[in-house]
Amino acid sequence: MAVHGSTVTSLPHGSSNDQATPPIPPERTVRSRSEKMNARRARTGWLFIAPFGIVFVAFLLAPLAYALYLSLFTKGLATGTRFTGLENYLHAFSDPQFLKGVWFVVRFSMVLIPVQMAVSLAAALVLDHLTTRLARFSRLMIFLPYAVPAVIGALMWGFLYSPTFGPMQQVFSLFHASAPFLLSQDNVFYGLLNVVTWQWAGYYMIIIYAALQGIDPSLYEAARIDGASAWQVAFRIKVPLVSSALVLILIFALIGTLQFFSEPQILGPVANGSITPDFTPNIYAFNLAFGYAQFNYASAISFSLGIIVFIAVYVFMFATRKKGSTLS
Amino acid sequence: MSAVTTVVPAGTRMHRPRRNLVAHVFLGVLVLYFLAPIWWLFVASTKDAQGLFAGSAGAMWFDKNFNLFANIQDLFTYNGGEYVQWLGNSLLYALSGGLGATAISVLAGYGFAKYKFRGRNLTFALLLGAVMVPMTALVIPTFILMSNLKLTDTVWAVILPSLLSPFGVYLMRVYTAEAVPDELLDAARVDGAGELRTFFQVSLPLLRPALVTVLLLSVVGTWNNYFLPLAMLSTEKLYPLTVGIGLWEQLASSNNGGGHSLWSLIIVGSFISIIPLVVAFLTLQKYWQGGLSLGSLK
Repeated sequence: MAVHGSTVTSLPHGSSNDQATPPIPPERTVRSRSEKMNARRARTGWLFIAPFGIVFVAFLLAPLAYALYLSLFTKGLATGTRFTGLENYLHAFSDPQFLKGVWFVVRFSMVLIPVQMAVSLAAALVLDHLTTRLARFSRLMIFLPYAVPAVIGALMWGFLYSPTFGPMQQVFSLFHASAPFLLSQDNVFYGLLNVVTWQWAGYYMIIIYAALQGIDPSLYEAARIDGASAWQVAFRIKVPLVSSALVLILIFALIGTLQFFSEPQILGPVANGSITPDFTPNIYAFNLAFGYAQFNYASAISFSLGIIVFIAVYVFMFATRKKGSTLS
Repeated sequence: MSAVTTVVPAGTRMHRPRRNLVAHVFLGVLVLYFLAPIWWLFVASTKDAQGLFAGSAGAMWFDKNFNLFANIQDLFTYNGGEYVQWLGNSLLYALSGGLGATAISVLAGYGFAKYKFRGRNLTFALLLGAVMVPMTALVIPTFILMSNLKLTDTVWAVILPSLLSPFGVYLMRVYTAEAVPDELLDAARVDGAGELRTFFQVSLPLLRPALVTVLLLSVVGTWNNYFLPLAMLSTEKLYPLTVGIGLWEQLASSNNGGGHSLWSLIIVGSFISIIPLVVAFLTLQKYWQGGLSLGSLK
């Protein structure tokens, strides 16, 4: 894992600092001066981190703690706000609307992530293999959707799906057929799948591509001398060597998909009711908070979602780390 | 689209023509897929309301009337020029949030990478945990906290939470550890430079690629953000583009008959809104293309 590796590589810096002190003659003045310097340097280190620390406490720890606090209370019309312990969580995990949303995002990420990975990995491998001008041009064009806000991306696809002025209907009417409406109850899963793949595959492709470019080309030479084909080089050498980039992408995709909000929220008004107010956990929490002023229950939903994501990512990281170590 | 036709000659010049031809066709298909919606957006924003719904040349080609400039004029003057206001707000939020987050990240990343102090590993572990926290789960509690401080529905409600970028700190730490040698810092200290001067004059220039990458990532993140401003803001004058266009979309789809002219405004508005970032990415590609791989460094 990249995370693990970076902490390991930073250790030598620290230990070299420690080892720098022994060779100096053990005079009292020198040692106390270097100790004072170390203390001052530690303080400087904290000062560098301080601005981030303030933002971190104010906009991450405080909201998390406050959400936890709020979620332990319930506001009733007659009773006022009172402490109810874990009742909101018991309610949430037996609330069919919340569970339906969780099930949707879990199902969605299980289909989306492999599709996205396949597209971005294939594109990156091809782009790494070719050095033509078209390949350079393609790399930029495939990446371009990343610069488009999710709101605009969703709107564009909403228009393209539109039966009244989208191109799909025109293509299908050439064959005297009517186009499927990709935002209908049955198709909305695939309609959204396409929007999100379009939006993010290019970004993931660039990350994998950059990792591929960092591989030492002499490895390919050696493999070719041993008689490896281009396919073997791609799947036996390139893919394993960029596995840390793949893990990073998987984690991004997982975190992003479980908190799915913008795209379904934007496509809601043009989807003829197939995107409901409880479509994903985030949309549900948003509507509870701002539609029904149920801030306590909405906090419990937000906090539950955060925990689900956190656990999912940790389970996933644990699983991939295990696998990586047995392979090597 | 003419670039796609150059596939064949470029491919045949290679050693293994057939495989490269297949690879180029694959790329061509991908480019078509990724560009088609943006092409459609451009074409559609040149049409008038009538051409949009009953155009002569289909959805993917220009109508006989080229209406782009009239549409832009409509867009900028509609409802007292609220679009221009939103554009300005988006710029303000993205630049202040992005610059602030980058400055905070580079300082913290440098502190983590180059200073030894008690509690460093613990705080860094905390930070890595924070990368896993879904930011949208924080929006509703942050809203309630800020409303207690009477800060909701102000620009601060959008800018201040955007300053938080644990991933930016992580990138900066990884990059600093690789790019700034300890010997260089020691040499600067021996020469009598203070810690701050060493940071600004010795280290910062070496960190430029990572700096540009973190800046781009956080500007894009703030510019594209929808959930946070949607929750925080209720005054339309404070909306960024994403929330403003979302509002138009709701208005347009709730009254189907009178909404036609609003649909063409939404389309031109969407087209204009993607131009700044597309231009930024195309002109700064030298910097971000290498920088984006930072997070996966071993």
